[in-house]
Amino acid sequence: MDVYLDYNATAPLRPEVAAAMNAAFGLCGNASSVHRYGRLARRAVENAREAIADAVDASAAEIVFTSGGTEANNLALRGSGRPVLISGIEHDSVRAAQDDVEVIGVDRDGVVDLTQLETLLGAAAAPALVSVMLANNETGVVQPIDQVVTLARRFDALVHCDAVQALGKIPVSFAGLDVDMMSLSAHKLGGPQGVGALLIRDGLNLAPVQRGGGQERSRRAGTENIAGIAGFGAAAALTTQSVEAAPGLAALRDDIEARVKAAVPDAVIYSADASRLPNTSCIGLPGVTNEVQVMALDLAGVAISAGSACSSGKVTPSHVLQAMGAADDAAASAIRVSLGWQSSAADCDRFVETWTALANRRVASDLAEQSVA
Amino acid sequence: MTVTSTSDSMTAEAPTAVYLDYQATTPVDPRVVDVMLPWFSERFGNAHSSQHAFGAQAALAVEVARGQVAELIGAQAREIIFTSGATESNNLAIKGAARFARRHGKGDHIVTFETEHKCVLESCVALADEGVRTTVLKVGADGLVDLEALAEAIEDDTVLVSAMAVNNEIGVVQQIAEIGRLCRERGVLFHTDAAQAAGKIPLDVEAMSIDLMSVSGHKLYAPKGVGVLYIRRRPRARLLAEIAGGGQERGARSGTLAVPLIVALGVACEIASQEMAQEHGRLIELRRSMLDQLQKKVPDLVVNGDMEQRIAGNLNIGFPDIDVLALMRALDDVAISTGSACTSESVEPSYVLQALGLPRSVSAGSIRIGIGRFTTQSEIDYAARRIAEAVAAQRGGQEAAAQ
Repeated sequence: MDVYLDYNATAPLRPEVAAAMNAAFGLCGNASSVHRYGRLARRAVENAREAIADAVDASAAEIVFTSGGTEANNLALRGSGRPVLISGIEHDSVRAAQDDVEVIGVDRDGVVDLTQLETLLGAAAAPALVSVMLANNETGVVQPIDQVVTLARRFDALVHCDAVQALGKIPVSFAGLDVDMMSLSAHKLGGPQGVGALLIRDGLNLAPVQRGGGQERSRRAGTENIAGIAGFGAAAALTTQSVEAAPGLAALRDDIEARVKAAVPDAVIYSADASRLPNTSCIGLPGVTNEVQVMALDLAGVAISAGSACSSGKVTPSHVLQAMGAADDAAASAIRVSLGWQSSAADCDRFVETWTALANRRVASDLAEQSVA
Repeated sequence: MTVTSTSDSMTAEAPTAVYLDYQATTPVDPRVVDVMLPWFSERFGNAHSSQHAFGAQAALAVEVARGQVAELIGAQAREIIFTSGATESNNLAIKGAARFARRHGKGDHIVTFETEHKCVLESCVALADEGVRTTVLKVGADGLVDLEALAEAIEDDTVLVSAMAVNNEIGVVQQIAEIGRLCRERGVLFHTDAAQAAGKIPLDVEAMSIDLMSVSGHKLYAPKGVGVLYIRRRPRARLLAEIAGGGQERGARSGTLAVPLIVALGVACEIASQEMAQEHGRLIELRRSMLDQLQKKVPDLVVNGDMEQRIAGNLNIGFPDIDVLALMRALDDVAISTGSACTSESVEPSYVLQALGLPRSVSAGSIRIGIGRFTTQSEIDYAARRIAEAVAAQRGGQEAAAQ
């Protein structure tokens, strides 16, 4: 049985989600139709909206369903008409959503530089929109959103927070974070692919990107993805349970890192001292590209990743690690191990054994080369 | 077809109604569900994580589906871009093509028709705010496009014509090949919204000179939340992306692909390819039966839109002087609609019916009956009887009130 340790790319569907979706696939109505098939579909959508609102401390009316996190990020950044400031470690969908953005640097641990944010806010030609993610997808570093919000308010700026990787791993409260917009994705927490949401603070007007019928109160047109939304709702209802399981994942993750460091002293654990998601580890192996590591582990039946999954399969040095000051060759030798609801100690053992064996072969071949020379 | 829900929270209003709203949405074909489900649970990889086995398996499944969709419309697999649905596809095609052309100084005028889907017309409105001119042409009383008027409307600055293949309310089939030929001759991109056409009538992007085509999953027995934009490669149709990010789908549409939904859409297209001809004949018979039964009992009914150039599963019927919302309320056991689901909460007669120039007494008393794969003759008989009864009851009430 293959070992899956790539939960930050996508998570296997939870059984409760599958059950909710199975029921929804039996509903054939369009949620905009007035007949009873339509009303049942509408009810499924609104029940899910309530479940998500409960899970993230928002009001149901603040939730706009989208096709996923990428669309939610695009909608947030394209619709405001303000100057946009983003951190240097944002997801590609934030980085690419606007042509003209100012980038806020991060420190060596990958935490956003609040001093620079303050300078940029002060220099902006008009009140800005600041986009800082709650937790990074590659390193798991949790950002000081409360301080970002405090600064932004002083300059009448809005704050958007990409919480795609955080939801289900740490507590996420839309009201508590006090941000203006927040992006969510279902498939990172055991829900289905193809559905996400943008939360928009009550009273904030945002120009829609996708236009058509008046769905989602004219903020996002298109027939609602009933089964996907129902699945998202079921997954969101499990977030308390999954956050409660986080210490167990953190223990597994910490054990992986301790064993990696013990076996391979020159291995680099990125952001080890920062506040991180409990499930994520970003590990550098000097001298071996992440592509080689991922392939070697795949051959041994262990699925991990070389950073973000979203670049159409191509492996480039991580912009996240580069922003943290890592050299190109170091950034290109870092892998991401991410755990989730089905991960076991045995899975972690398989990873550690396979990966340290690879690292030790590296030492052996280095020695071989030296003796030949 | 009747669907019973197993969920406890929904049994309070379990649908026992006859479903005749196949243009609003279709149930997912059980064969499609069977193929799709394992991709949710056992084979759950991210198709962009192609360096490991979970991801590679998902990526392969997406490519199989791409081929199945391409086969249905005579395209190459690499010309198929997956989206979240036809609304997104139409937005991307129209805004993307117009914005690309404008950015490269190739023109700033588009032509479309007043009976297009709301999302096409709204995309044009969004472009108008950016300075792109739109000509919205009228259609004939039969709902068909006037080719001469189209030829006259195309200007030197025109970059795109958008004409739907099949109308969502009246089911009228446009002369897509002729429109395509005209656009090709004039060097203008041709986009067609084929949400209601794909899987219902034969489509061939080569024979019909189509450059951009939108397809919806949930109109052809696949789930909601997935669709397609066909983007021609030779000669190439160029677009600016609406959703940017990881660069998936050749940069035309970023975002993690919804693998199970895409697998489902692929299978749904394959089933449609195989069964379209036979299903067409069956639906024609069911529709004829529905119309015959209604005409016997309500002789003054009017069929809206051309009856020959029309998909088999659609009827749009006006009952003069009937209050259609009251009619719908009286017909809770028959799921029909007054028009597009997107605007079904509106009390105004459909803009599509108004565009046909119908008297208000007819347009305000019109219903859409959508017949599909799971409709049976006994359901048609039941629904025809119930609709005729409801019309008679309302007229009886009107007469009684008048006396």
